[in-house]
Amino acid sequence: MTIVLWIVVGIIVILLIAFITIYNGLVRLRNQVKNAWAQIDVQLKRRHDLIPNLVETVKGYMKHERETMEAVTKARTLAQQVASAGPGERAKAEGELSSALTRLLAVAEKYPDLKASQNFLALQEELTSTENKISFSRQFYNDSVMTYNNQTQMFPSNVVASVASFKHGEFFEVTVAAERETPKVTFT
Amino acid sequence: MWEQIRSNQTGSAILVVWMGALLLLVGYFLGLYFFDSGIGGLIFALILWVIMSLVAYFQGDSILLAMSRARKISHDDHPRLYNIAEEMKIASGLEAMPSIYIIDDPAMNAFATGRDPKKASVTVTSGLLQKLNRDELQGVVGHEMAHIKNRDVLLMAMCSVLLGTIVLLAWYASRVMIFGGMGRTRRSSSSGGGGLGQIIIIVAALALIILAPIMAQLIYFSISRKREYLADASSALYTRYPEGLASALEKLAASTNQLKSANKATAPMYIINPFRKRGMAASDLTSTHPPISERVRILRSMAGASFADYDTSYRKARGTSKVLISAAAVTAAGALTLRAPQPPAAEKLEEVQRARETSNLMWNLNKYNTITCACGTKLRLPPSFKLPQLRCPHCGRINTV
Repeated sequence: MTIVLWIVVGIIVILLIAFITIYNGLVRLRNQVKNAWAQIDVQLKRRHDLIPNLVETVKGYMKHERETMEAVTKARTLAQQVASAGPGERAKAEGELSSALTRLLAVAEKYPDLKASQNFLALQEELTSTENKISFSRQFYNDSVMTYNNQTQMFPSNVVASVASFKHGEFFEVTVAAERETPKVTFT
Repeated sequence: MWEQIRSNQTGSAILVVWMGALLLLVGYFLGLYFFDSGIGGLIFALILWVIMSLVAYFQGDSILLAMSRARKISHDDHPRLYNIAEEMKIASGLEAMPSIYIIDDPAMNAFATGRDPKKASVTVTSGLLQKLNRDELQGVVGHEMAHIKNRDVLLMAMCSVLLGTIVLLAWYASRVMIFGGMGRTRRSSSSGGGGLGQIIIIVAALALIILAPIMAQLIYFSISRKREYLADASSALYTRYPEGLASALEKLAASTNQLKSANKATAPMYIINPFRKRGMAASDLTSTHPPISERVRILRSMAGASFADYDTSYRKARGTSKVLISAAAVTAAGALTLRAPQPPAAEKLEEVQRARETSNLMWNLNKYNTITCACGTKLRLPPSFKLPQLRCPHCGRINTV
Protein backbone atom coordinates (compact mmCIF):
# COMPACT_ATOMS: atom_id res chain seq x y z
CA MET A 1 0.00 0.00 0.00
CA THR A 2 2.78 2.39 0.96
CA ILE A 3 4.42 1.94 -2.42
CA VAL A 4 1.25 2.98 -4.21
CA LEU A 5 1.00 5.99 -1.91
CA TRP A 6 4.58 7.01 -2.68
CA ILE A 7 4.00 6.65 -6.39
CA VAL A 8 0.92 8.86 -6.18
CA VAL A 9 2.82 11.47 -4.15
CA GLY A 10 5.72 11.30 -6.61
CA ILE A 11 3.45 11.86 -9.60
CA ILE A 12 1.80 14.82 -7.89
CA VAL A 13 5.19 16.36 -7.10
CA ILE A 14 6.38 15.89 -10.66
CA LEU A 15 3.20 17.44 -12.04
CA LEU A 16 3.56 20.35 -9.65
CA ILE A 17 7.16 20.97 -10.68
CA ALA A 18 6.18 20.76 -14.36
CA PHE A 19 3.34 23.22 -13.76
CA ILE A 20 5.62 25.71 -12.02
CA THR A 21 8.31 25.44 -14.71
CA ILE A 22 5.83 25.95 -17.54
CA TYR A 23 4.08 28.76 -15.68
CA ASN A 24 7.37 30.60 -15.11
CA GLY A 25 8.34 30.08 -18.74
CA LEU A 26 5.05 31.62 -19.86
CA VAL A 27 5.50 34.57 -17.53
CA ARG A 28 8.99 35.14 -18.90
CA LEU A 29 7.68 35.09 -22.47
CA ARG A 30 4.81 37.42 -21.60
CA ASN A 31 7.25 39.86 -20.02
CA GLN A 32 9.43 39.67 -23.10
CA VAL A 33 6.42 40.58 -25.23
CA LYS A 34 5.67 43.51 -22.91
CA ASN A 35 9.27 44.71 -23.03
CA ALA A 36 9.35 44.43 -26.79
CA TRP A 37 6.16 46.47 -26.99
CA ALA A 38 7.68 49.13 -24.76
CA GLN A 39 10.68 49.22 -27.10
CA ILE A 40 8.44 49.93 -30.11
CA ASP A 41 6.74 52.64 -28.08
CA VAL A 42 10.07 54.33 -27.35
CA GLN A 43 11.01 54.38 -31.03
CA LEU A 44 7.61 55.63 -32.21
CA LYS A 45 7.81 58.49 -29.69
CA ARG A 46 11.30 59.28 -30.90
CA ARG A 47 10.02 59.57 -34.45
CA HIS A 48 7.23 61.88 -33.32
CA ASP A 49 9.83 64.05 -31.61
CA LEU A 50 12.03 64.25 -34.71
CA ILE A 51 9.31 65.39 -37.09
CA PRO A 52 8.82 69.05 -36.00
CA ASN A 53 12.59 69.49 -36.28
CA LEU A 54 12.60 67.97 -39.75
CA VAL A 55 9.68 70.08 -40.99
CA GLU A 56 11.38 73.21 -39.61
CA THR A 57 14.64 72.40 -41.41
CA VAL A 58 12.96 71.50 -44.67
CA LYS A 59 10.61 74.50 -44.73
CA GLY A 60 13.34 77.00 -45.60
CA TYR A 61 14.37 75.06 -48.72
CA MET A 62 11.09 73.68 -50.02
CA LYS A 63 8.83 76.37 -51.34
CA HIS A 64 6.35 74.36 -53.34
CA GLU A 65 5.80 71.30 -51.20
CA ARG A 66 3.34 72.63 -48.66
CA GLU A 67 0.98 69.69 -49.14
CA THR A 68 3.63 67.06 -48.57
CA MET A 69 4.79 68.77 -45.38
CA GLU A 70 1.25 69.22 -44.12
CA ALA A 71 0.53 65.54 -44.74
CA VAL A 72 3.45 64.61 -42.48
CA THR A 73 2.36 66.96 -39.70
CA LYS A 74 -1.22 65.72 -39.93
CA ALA A 75 -0.20 62.07 -39.89
CA ARG A 76 1.95 62.77 -36.82
CA THR A 77 -0.92 64.41 -34.92
CA LEU A 78 -3.15 61.48 -35.82
CA ALA A 79 -0.55 58.94 -34.68
CA GLN A 80 -0.10 60.78 -31.39
CA GLN A 81 -3.84 60.73 -30.78
CA VAL A 82 -4.04 56.93 -30.93
CA ALA A 83 -0.81 56.48 -28.94
CA SER A 84 -2.59 54.67 -26.11
CA ALA A 85 -4.67 52.41 -28.38
CA GLY A 86 -4.00 48.74 -29.16
CA PRO A 87 -1.37 47.46 -31.61
CA GLY A 88 -3.79 47.14 -34.53
CA GLU A 89 -5.02 50.72 -34.52
CA ARG A 90 -1.60 52.22 -33.84
CA ALA A 91 0.03 50.21 -36.58
CA LYS A 92 -2.40 51.75 -39.08
CA ALA A 93 -1.72 55.34 -37.98
CA GLU A 94 2.03 54.81 -37.86
CA GLY A 95 1.92 53.20 -41.28
CA GLU A 96 0.34 56.36 -42.68
CA LEU A 97 3.02 58.45 -41.01
CA SER A 98 5.74 56.24 -42.49
CA SER A 99 4.48 56.66 -46.02
CA ALA A 100 4.02 60.43 -45.58
CA LEU A 101 7.63 60.67 -44.38
CA THR A 102 8.89 58.56 -47.27
CA ARG A 103 7.15 60.91 -49.71
CA LEU A 104 8.71 63.95 -48.02
CA LEU A 105 12.22 62.46 -48.14
CA ALA A 106 11.70 61.48 -51.77
CA VAL A 107 10.72 65.06 -52.62
CA ALA A 108 13.81 66.32 -50.77
CA GLU A 109 15.92 64.63 -53.47
CA LYS A 110 14.89 67.45 -55.81
CA TYR A 111 16.55 70.14 -53.66
CA PRO A 112 20.35 69.94 -53.91
CA ASP A 113 20.86 72.76 -51.37
CA LEU A 114 18.80 70.89 -48.83
CA LYS A 115 20.66 67.66 -49.47
CA ALA A 116 23.99 69.39 -48.89
CA SER A 117 22.92 70.90 -45.57
CA GLN A 118 24.70 69.27 -42.62
CA ASN A 119 21.65 69.75 -40.45
CA PHE A 120 19.44 67.88 -42.89
CA LEU A 121 21.97 65.08 -43.35
CA ALA A 122 22.18 64.54 -39.60
CA LEU A 123 18.38 64.57 -39.34
CA GLN A 124 18.10 62.16 -42.24
CA GLU A 125 20.48 59.73 -40.56
CA GLU A 126 18.46 59.93 -37.33
CA LEU A 127 15.20 59.40 -39.23
CA THR A 128 16.56 56.48 -41.23
CA SER A 129 17.86 54.89 -38.09
CA THR A 130 14.62 55.49 -36.21
CA GLU A 131 12.68 53.89 -39.05
CA ASN A 132 15.05 50.91 -38.85
CA LYS A 133 14.73 50.74 -35.09
CA ILE A 134 10.95 50.76 -35.41
CA SER A 135 11.02 47.90 -37.87
CA PHE A 136 13.60 45.94 -35.85
CA SER A 137 11.66 46.37 -32.63
CA ARG A 138 8.51 45.36 -34.50
CA GLN A 139 10.37 42.33 -35.82
CA PHE A 140 11.48 41.38 -32.32
CA TYR A 141 8.02 42.06 -30.91
CA ASN A 142 6.32 39.87 -33.51
CA ASP A 143 8.86 37.07 -32.98
CA SER A 144 8.25 37.29 -29.25
CA VAL A 145 4.48 37.23 -29.77
CA MET A 146 4.81 34.20 -32.03
CA THR A 147 6.89 32.28 -29.50
CA TYR A 148 4.47 33.26 -26.75
CA ASN A 149 1.39 32.33 -28.75
CA ASN A 150 2.93 29.02 -29.75
CA GLN A 151 3.52 28.26 -26.11
CA THR A 152 -0.04 29.14 -25.13
CA GLN A 153 -1.43 26.91 -27.87
CA MET A 154 0.84 23.88 -27.77
CA PHE A 155 0.48 20.93 -25.44
CA PRO A 156 1.27 20.74 -22.54
CA SER A 157 1.82 24.44 -21.90
CA ASN A 158 -1.64 25.29 -23.25
CA VAL A 159 -3.18 23.55 -20.23
CA VAL A 160 -1.24 25.82 -17.88
CA ALA A 161 -2.03 28.83 -20.06
CA SER A 162 -5.77 28.23 -19.96
CA VAL A 163 -5.80 27.46 -16.23
CA ALA A 164 -3.82 30.60 -15.40
CA SER A 165 -5.63 32.55 -18.17
CA PHE A 166 -2.69 33.68 -20.32
CA LYS A 167 -4.14 35.65 -23.22
CA HIS A 168 -2.91 35.64 -26.80
CA GLY A 169 -0.57 38.38 -27.92
CA GLU A 170 -1.55 40.62 -30.81
CA PHE A 171 0.81 41.02 -33.76
CA PHE A 172 1.95 44.45 -34.91
CA GLU A 173 1.25 44.40 -38.65
CA VAL A 174 1.90 47.50 -40.66
CA THR A 175 -0.46 48.08 -43.54
CA VAL A 176 0.80 50.97 -45.62
CA ALA A 177 -1.52 52.53 -48.16
CA ALA A 178 0.77 51.53 -51.02
CA GLU A 179 0.84 47.93 -49.85
CA ARG A 180 -2.91 47.78 -49.69
CA GLU A 181 -3.18 48.95 -53.25
CA THR A 182 -1.18 46.09 -54.74
CA PRO A 183 -3.50 44.07 -56.93
CA LYS A 184 -4.34 40.59 -55.72
CA VAL A 185 -3.89 37.72 -58.13
CA THR A 186 -6.45 35.01 -57.63
CA PHE A 187 -6.41 31.53 -59.08
CA THR A 188 -9.81 30.01 -59.59
CA MET B 1 13.47 30.91 -31.26
CA TRP B 2 15.75 33.25 -29.33
CA GLU B 3 16.02 30.74 -26.53
CA GLN B 4 16.62 27.79 -28.77
CA ILE B 5 19.98 29.03 -29.94
CA ARG B 6 21.06 27.75 -26.57
CA SER B 7 20.54 24.15 -27.65
CA ASN B 8 23.42 24.66 -30.07
CA GLN B 9 25.60 25.44 -27.12
CA THR B 10 25.44 21.77 -26.08
CA GLY B 11 27.52 20.68 -29.05
CA SER B 12 30.20 23.23 -28.24
CA ALA B 13 30.03 22.37 -24.54
CA ILE B 14 30.84 18.73 -25.28
CA LEU B 15 33.95 19.82 -27.15
CA VAL B 16 34.95 22.01 -24.21
CA VAL B 17 34.59 19.01 -21.91
CA TRP B 18 36.93 17.10 -24.23
CA MET B 19 39.48 19.88 -23.93
CA GLY B 20 39.13 19.82 -20.15
CA ALA B 21 39.65 16.07 -20.14
CA LEU B 22 42.76 16.56 -22.23
CA LEU B 23 44.11 19.07 -19.71
CA LEU B 24 43.50 16.66 -16.83
CA LEU B 25 45.17 13.84 -18.75
CA VAL B 26 48.23 15.97 -19.42
CA GLY B 27 48.37 17.01 -15.77
CA TYR B 28 47.99 13.44 -14.57
CA PHE B 29 50.74 11.94 -16.69
CA LEU B 30 53.16 14.79 -16.18
CA GLY B 31 52.53 14.41 -12.44
CA LEU B 32 53.28 10.69 -12.66
CA TYR B 33 56.41 11.43 -14.63
CA PHE B 34 57.84 14.25 -12.54
CA PHE B 35 56.65 13.76 -8.99
CA ASP B 36 55.51 10.12 -9.09
CA SER B 37 52.03 11.34 -8.25
CA GLY B 38 49.34 11.63 -10.86
CA ILE B 39 46.95 13.39 -8.47
CA GLY B 40 49.61 15.98 -7.62
CA GLY B 41 50.08 16.81 -11.28
CA LEU B 42 46.34 16.93 -11.78
CA ILE B 43 45.93 19.41 -8.93
CA PHE B 44 48.84 21.47 -10.26
CA ALA B 45 47.25 21.65 -13.70
CA LEU B 46 43.89 22.59 -12.20
CA ILE B 47 45.37 25.37 -10.07
CA LEU B 48 47.18 26.78 -13.09
CA TRP B 49 43.96 26.64 -15.09
CA VAL B 50 41.89 28.33 -12.36
CA ILE B 51 44.37 31.20 -12.03
CA MET B 52 44.46 31.76 -15.78
CA SER B 53 40.65 31.55 -16.00
CA LEU B 54 40.20 34.11 -13.24
CA VAL B 55 42.53 36.54 -14.96
CA ALA B 56 40.78 36.02 -18.28
CA TYR B 57 37.33 36.28 -16.71
CA PHE B 58 37.88 39.50 -14.82
CA GLN B 59 40.51 41.25 -16.91
CA GLY B 60 40.06 39.73 -20.36
CA ASP B 61 37.99 42.58 -21.83
CA SER B 62 40.18 45.38 -20.62
CA ILE B 63 43.37 43.55 -21.63
CA LEU B 64 42.02 42.91 -25.11
CA LEU B 65 40.75 46.46 -25.58
CA ALA B 66 43.97 47.95 -24.27
CA MET B 67 46.11 45.69 -26.45
CA SER B 68 44.21 46.65 -29.56
CA ARG B 69 44.39 50.36 -28.61
CA ALA B 70 40.64 50.76 -28.99
CA ARG B 71 38.86 54.00 -28.15
CA LYS B 72 35.36 54.31 -26.79
CA ILE B 73 32.94 56.51 -28.74
CA SER B 74 29.51 57.99 -28.05
CA HIS B 75 26.55 58.71 -30.31
CA ASP B 76 27.79 62.15 -31.38
CA ASP B 77 31.26 60.91 -32.37
CA HIS B 78 29.85 58.74 -35.13
CA PRO B 79 26.04 58.78 -35.27
CA ARG B 80 25.77 56.20 -38.04
CA LEU B 81 27.84 53.52 -36.31
CA TYR B 82 26.16 54.14 -32.98
CA ASN B 83 22.68 54.07 -34.53
CA ILE B 84 23.42 50.83 -36.34
CA ALA B 85 24.64 49.30 -33.10
CA GLU B 86 21.41 50.40 -31.41
CA GLU B 87 19.40 48.91 -34.25
CA MET B 88 21.16 45.57 -33.88
CA LYS B 89 20.79 45.67 -30.12
CA ILE B 90 17.03 45.99 -30.61
CA ALA B 91 16.87 43.32 -33.31
CA SER B 92 18.85 40.82 -31.23
CA GLY B 93 16.80 41.55 -28.10
CA LEU B 94 19.90 42.21 -26.00
CA GLU B 95 19.06 43.74 -22.64
CA ALA B 96 21.77 46.40 -22.56
CA MET B 97 23.51 48.48 -25.17
CA PRO B 98 27.14 47.39 -25.60
CA SER B 99 29.89 50.01 -25.56
CA ILE B 100 31.22 50.92 -28.98
CA TYR B 101 34.96 51.17 -29.62
CA ILE B 102 37.03 52.21 -32.61
CA ILE B 103 40.55 51.18 -33.59
CA ASP B 104 42.41 53.65 -35.78
CA ASP B 105 43.66 51.24 -38.43
CA PRO B 106 43.09 51.06 -42.19
CA ALA B 107 42.66 47.28 -41.94
CA MET B 108 39.03 46.17 -41.99
CA ASN B 109 38.01 44.13 -38.98
CA ALA B 110 35.71 43.99 -35.97
CA PHE B 111 35.37 42.09 -32.70
CA ALA B 112 33.15 41.76 -29.66
CA THR B 113 34.07 41.36 -26.00
CA GLY B 114 32.14 40.90 -22.78
CA ARG B 115 31.65 37.78 -20.69
CA ASP B 116 28.32 39.23 -19.60
CA PRO B 117 25.86 40.36 -22.31
CA LYS B 118 24.99 43.28 -20.04
CA LYS B 119 28.55 44.60 -20.06
CA ALA B 120 29.70 43.88 -23.57
CA SER B 121 31.43 45.89 -26.24
CA VAL B 122 31.72 45.96 -30.02
CA THR B 123 34.88 47.25 -31.67
CA VAL B 124 35.36 48.15 -35.32
CA THR B 125 38.35 49.56 -37.18
CA SER B 126 38.24 52.95 -38.86
CA GLY B 127 38.99 51.18 -42.16
CA LEU B 128 35.73 49.32 -41.82
CA LEU B 129 33.77 52.52 -41.21
CA GLN B 130 35.30 54.02 -44.31
CA LYS B 131 34.71 51.21 -46.77
CA LEU B 132 31.33 49.76 -45.79
CA ASN B 133 27.94 51.22 -46.58
CA ARG B 134 25.07 51.20 -44.11
CA ASP B 135 23.73 47.73 -44.94
CA GLU B 136 27.18 46.16 -44.87
CA LEU B 137 28.10 47.77 -41.57
CA GLN B 138 24.80 46.57 -40.18
CA GLY B 139 25.65 43.00 -41.19
CA VAL B 140 29.04 43.15 -39.50
CA VAL B 141 27.70 44.75 -36.31
CA GLY B 142 24.90 42.16 -36.32
CA HIS B 143 27.52 39.40 -36.49
CA GLU B 144 29.33 40.86 -33.47
CA MET B 145 26.06 41.33 -31.54
CA ALA B 146 25.31 37.67 -32.25
CA HIS B 147 28.61 36.70 -30.60
CA ILE B 148 27.48 38.62 -27.51
CA LYS B 149 23.90 37.32 -27.58
CA ASN B 150 24.97 33.70 -28.13
CA ARG B 151 27.51 33.98 -25.31
CA ASP B 152 30.35 33.09 -27.67
CA VAL B 153 32.67 35.58 -26.05
CA LEU B 154 32.65 33.75 -22.73
CA LEU B 155 32.84 30.35 -24.41
CA MET B 156 35.79 31.29 -26.59
CA ALA B 157 37.60 32.97 -23.69
CA MET B 158 37.26 29.84 -21.59
CA CYS B 159 38.40 27.69 -24.51
CA SER B 160 41.44 29.78 -25.20
CA VAL B 161 42.39 29.62 -21.52
CA LEU B 162 42.11 25.82 -21.61
CA LEU B 163 44.16 25.71 -24.77
CA GLY B 164 46.71 28.11 -23.29
CA THR B 165 47.09 26.03 -20.14
CA ILE B 166 47.63 22.84 -22.12
CA VAL B 167 50.18 24.48 -24.39
CA LEU B 168 51.98 26.03 -21.42
CA LEU B 169 52.16 22.76 -19.50
CA ALA B 170 53.36 20.80 -22.49
CA TRP B 171 55.97 23.42 -23.38
CA TYR B 172 57.51 23.56 -19.90
CA ALA B 173 57.39 19.80 -19.53
CA SER B 174 59.17 19.32 -22.83
CA ARG B 175 61.95 21.75 -21.78
CA VAL B 176 62.41 19.97 -18.47
CA MET B 177 62.43 16.54 -20.13
CA ILE B 178 65.01 17.53 -22.72
CA PHE B 179 67.36 19.54 -20.51
CA GLY B 180 66.86 18.13 -17.04
CA GLY B 181 65.25 14.77 -17.57
CA MET B 182 68.20 12.69 -16.33
CA GLY B 183 67.22 12.96 -12.68
CA ARG B 184 64.18 10.92 -13.45
CA THR B 185 65.90 7.52 -13.83
CA ARG B 186 67.49 7.71 -10.42
CA ARG B 187 64.20 8.24 -8.68
CA SER B 188 62.44 5.53 -10.59
CA SER B 189 64.92 2.87 -9.46
CA SER B 190 64.46 3.85 -5.83
CA SER B 191 60.71 3.45 -6.07
CA GLY B 192 61.42 -0.08 -7.23
CA GLY B 193 58.30 -0.39 -9.40
CA GLY B 194 58.03 -2.61 -12.46
CA GLY B 195 60.03 -1.46 -15.47
CA LEU B 196 57.12 -1.89 -17.83
CA GLY B 197 54.84 0.46 -15.92
CA GLN B 198 57.48 3.16 -15.93
CA ILE B 199 58.05 2.81 -19.65
CA ILE B 200 54.33 3.13 -20.29
CA ILE B 201 54.20 6.31 -18.22
CA ILE B 202 57.19 7.80 -20.04
CA VAL B 203 55.79 6.97 -23.44
CA ALA B 204 52.35 8.30 -22.53
CA ALA B 205 53.80 11.50 -21.10
CA LEU B 206 55.93 12.03 -24.20
CA ALA B 207 53.03 11.35 -26.54
CA LEU B 208 50.79 13.70 -24.60
CA ILE B 209 53.35 16.48 -24.62
CA ILE B 210 53.52 16.27 -28.38
CA LEU B 211 49.91 15.49 -29.20
CA ALA B 212 47.88 17.30 -26.55
CA PRO B 213 48.57 20.85 -27.76
CA ILE B 214 47.79 19.86 -31.34
CA MET B 215 44.57 18.11 -30.39
CA ALA B 216 43.51 20.97 -28.13
CA GLN B 217 44.16 23.38 -30.96
CA LEU B 218 42.09 21.36 -33.41
CA ILE B 219 39.18 21.20 -30.97
CA TYR B 220 39.51 24.92 -30.35
CA PHE B 221 39.48 25.71 -34.06
CA SER B 222 36.45 23.56 -34.64
CA ILE B 223 34.50 25.31 -31.88
CA SER B 224 35.57 28.70 -33.20
CA ARG B 225 34.50 27.94 -36.77
CA LYS B 226 31.13 26.68 -35.64
CA ARG B 227 30.49 29.82 -33.65
CA GLU B 228 31.41 31.92 -36.69
CA TYR B 229 28.81 30.17 -38.86
CA LEU B 230 26.22 30.60 -36.12
CA ALA B 231 27.01 34.30 -35.77
CA ASP B 232 26.60 34.68 -39.55
CA ALA B 233 23.22 32.94 -39.37
CA SER B 234 22.14 35.16 -36.47
CA SER B 235 23.27 38.30 -38.27
CA ALA B 236 21.12 37.35 -41.26
CA LEU B 237 18.23 36.73 -38.90
CA TYR B 238 18.59 40.10 -37.17
CA THR B 239 19.05 42.19 -40.28
CA ARG B 240 16.77 40.08 -42.53
CA TYR B 241 19.32 40.96 -45.18
CA PRO B 242 22.15 38.40 -45.60
CA GLU B 243 23.41 40.24 -48.68
CA GLY B 244 24.69 43.04 -46.41
CA LEU B 245 27.03 40.76 -44.49
CA ALA B 246 27.96 38.84 -47.63
CA SER B 247 29.06 41.94 -49.49
CA ALA B 248 30.86 43.23 -46.37
CA LEU B 249 32.77 39.95 -46.10
CA GLU B 250 33.76 40.24 -49.74
CA LYS B 251 35.14 43.72 -49.17
CA LEU B 252 36.97 42.47 -46.09
CA ALA B 253 38.44 39.60 -48.06
CA ALA B 254 39.62 41.89 -50.82
CA SER B 255 41.46 44.28 -48.50
CA THR B 256 45.09 43.42 -47.97
CA ASN B 257 45.82 45.50 -44.89
CA GLN B 258 46.72 43.45 -41.84
CA LEU B 259 45.62 44.66 -38.46
CA LYS B 260 48.71 45.93 -36.63
CA SER B 261 47.44 45.52 -33.10
CA ALA B 262 46.18 41.93 -33.45
CA ASN B 263 48.16 38.97 -32.20
CA LYS B 264 47.76 35.22 -32.08
CA ALA B 265 45.93 35.24 -28.77
CA THR B 266 43.29 37.71 -29.89
CA ALA B 267 42.87 36.45 -33.46
CA PRO B 268 39.73 34.33 -32.97
CA MET B 269 37.85 37.32 -31.58
CA TYR B 270 37.76 39.13 -34.92
CA ILE B 271 35.13 38.80 -37.65
CA ILE B 272 37.77 37.60 -40.10
CA ASN B 273 41.17 36.12 -39.30
CA PRO B 274 43.50 39.14 -39.00
CA PHE B 275 46.52 37.12 -40.20
CA ARG B 276 44.81 35.66 -43.21
CA LYS B 277 46.98 35.38 -46.29
CA ARG B 278 45.57 35.64 -49.76
CA GLY B 279 44.49 32.40 -51.39
CA MET B 280 44.46 30.30 -48.28
CA ALA B 281 43.46 26.64 -48.71
CA ALA B 282 39.71 26.26 -48.80
CA SER B 283 38.68 24.00 -45.94
CA ASP B 284 41.60 24.51 -43.65
CA LEU B 285 41.44 22.48 -40.44
CA THR B 286 43.93 24.72 -38.72
CA SER B 287 42.00 27.93 -39.04
CA THR B 288 39.90 29.79 -36.51
CA HIS B 289 37.58 31.06 -39.22
CA PRO B 290 35.75 29.33 -42.06
CA PRO B 291 36.94 30.42 -45.50
CA ILE B 292 35.31 33.72 -46.42
CA SER B 293 34.26 32.59 -49.89
CA GLU B 294 32.24 29.81 -48.32
CA ARG B 295 30.59 32.13 -45.80
CA VAL B 296 29.66 34.48 -48.64
CA ARG B 297 28.30 31.62 -50.75
CA ILE B 298 26.12 30.38 -47.90
CA LEU B 299 24.74 33.85 -47.17
CA ARG B 300 24.05 34.57 -50.84
CA SER B 301 22.10 31.37 -51.43
CA MET B 302 19.73 31.94 -48.52
CA ALA B 303 16.09 31.96 -49.62
CA GLY B 304 14.80 33.57 -46.42
CA ALA B 305 16.31 34.99 -43.26
CA SER B 306 15.56 32.20 -40.80
CA PHE B 307 17.96 29.68 -39.29
CA ALA B 308 16.32 26.99 -41.42
CA ASP B 309 17.31 28.89 -44.56
CA TYR B 310 20.89 29.28 -43.35
CA ASP B 311 21.05 25.62 -42.43
CA THR B 312 19.83 24.57 -45.88
CA SER B 313 22.37 26.80 -47.62
CA TYR B 314 25.11 25.62 -45.27
CA ARG B 315 24.50 22.00 -46.10
CA LYS B 316 24.29 22.69 -49.80
CA ALA B 317 27.50 24.75 -49.84
CA ARG B 318 29.49 22.23 -47.82
CA GLY B 319 27.96 19.19 -49.46
CA THR B 320 27.28 17.54 -46.12
CA SER B 321 24.14 16.32 -44.48
CA LYS B 322 25.45 17.34 -41.08
CA VAL B 323 23.08 19.81 -39.46
CA LEU B 324 24.63 23.03 -38.21
CA ILE B 325 21.69 24.37 -36.27
CA SER B 326 19.58 22.01 -34.22
CA ALA B 327 16.17 20.98 -35.53
CA ALA B 328 14.35 22.56 -32.58
CA ALA B 329 15.68 26.01 -33.40
CA VAL B 330 15.02 25.54 -37.10
CA THR B 331 11.39 24.51 -36.87
CA ALA B 332 10.47 27.11 -34.27
CA ALA B 333 11.58 29.97 -36.47
CA GLY B 334 8.96 29.70 -39.20
CA ALA B 335 9.22 31.47 -42.52
CA LEU B 336 10.97 34.83 -42.48
CA THR B 337 11.20 36.89 -45.61
CA LEU B 338 14.16 39.02 -46.62
CA ARG B 339 13.91 42.77 -46.65
CA ALA B 340 14.84 45.13 -49.44
CA PRO B 341 18.20 46.95 -49.37
CA GLN B 342 18.42 50.51 -48.13
CA PRO B 343 17.77 53.02 -50.93
CA PRO B 344 21.14 53.24 -52.67
CA ALA B 345 22.66 56.69 -52.42
CA ALA B 346 25.27 57.64 -54.98
CA GLU B 347 27.91 55.12 -53.95
CA LYS B 348 30.93 57.18 -55.01
CA LEU B 349 29.72 60.31 -53.24
CA GLU B 350 28.92 58.28 -50.18
CA GLU B 351 32.39 56.80 -50.10
CA VAL B 352 34.00 60.24 -50.08
CA GLN B 353 31.65 61.35 -47.35
CA ARG B 354 32.39 58.27 -45.27
CA ALA B 355 36.12 58.82 -45.57
CA ARG B 356 35.73 62.43 -44.45
CA GLU B 357 33.47 61.42 -41.59
CA THR B 358 35.92 58.80 -40.37
CA SER B 359 38.95 61.03 -40.55
CA ASN B 360 37.08 63.80 -38.69
CA LEU B 361 36.23 61.25 -36.03
CA MET B 362 39.83 60.16 -35.66
CA TRP B 363 41.08 63.76 -35.44
CA ASN B 364 38.52 64.47 -32.73
CA LEU B 365 39.30 61.32 -30.79
CA ASN B 366 42.98 62.25 -30.82
CA LYS B 367 42.02 65.64 -29.37
CA TYR B 368 43.13 67.60 -32.40
CA ASN B 369 41.74 71.12 -32.64
CA THR B 370 40.18 71.94 -36.02
CA ILE B 371 40.12 75.50 -37.37
CA THR B 372 38.50 76.37 -40.68
CA CYS B 373 40.30 79.24 -42.38
CA ALA B 374 38.33 81.82 -44.36
CA CYS B 375 39.74 80.33 -47.59
CA GLY B 376 38.17 76.97 -46.72
CA THR B 377 41.35 75.20 -45.61
CA LYS B 378 40.94 73.03 -42.54
CA LEU B 379 43.83 73.34 -40.09
CA ARG B 380 44.31 70.45 -37.67
CA LEU B 381 46.23 71.39 -34.55
CA PRO B 382 47.71 68.66 -32.34
CA PRO B 383 46.92 68.88 -28.61
CA SER B 384 50.52 69.92 -27.97
CA PHE B 385 50.12 73.05 -30.14
CA LYS B 386 50.27 76.02 -27.75
CA LEU B 387 50.78 79.13 -29.95
CA PRO B 388 47.94 81.69 -29.93
CA GLN B 389 48.03 82.38 -33.68
CA LEU B 390 48.65 80.44 -36.84
CA ARG B 391 49.29 81.48 -40.45
CA CYS B 392 47.26 79.56 -42.99
CA PRO B 393 49.76 77.79 -45.30
CA HIS B 394 47.34 78.11 -48.20
CA CYS B 395 46.26 81.79 -48.30
CA GLY B 396 48.51 83.36 -45.66
CA ARG B 397 45.76 84.72 -43.42
CA ILE B 398 46.46 84.81 -39.70
CA ASN B 399 44.04 82.67 -37.69
CA THR B 400 43.66 82.91 -33.94
CA VAL B 401 43.54 79.57 -32.18
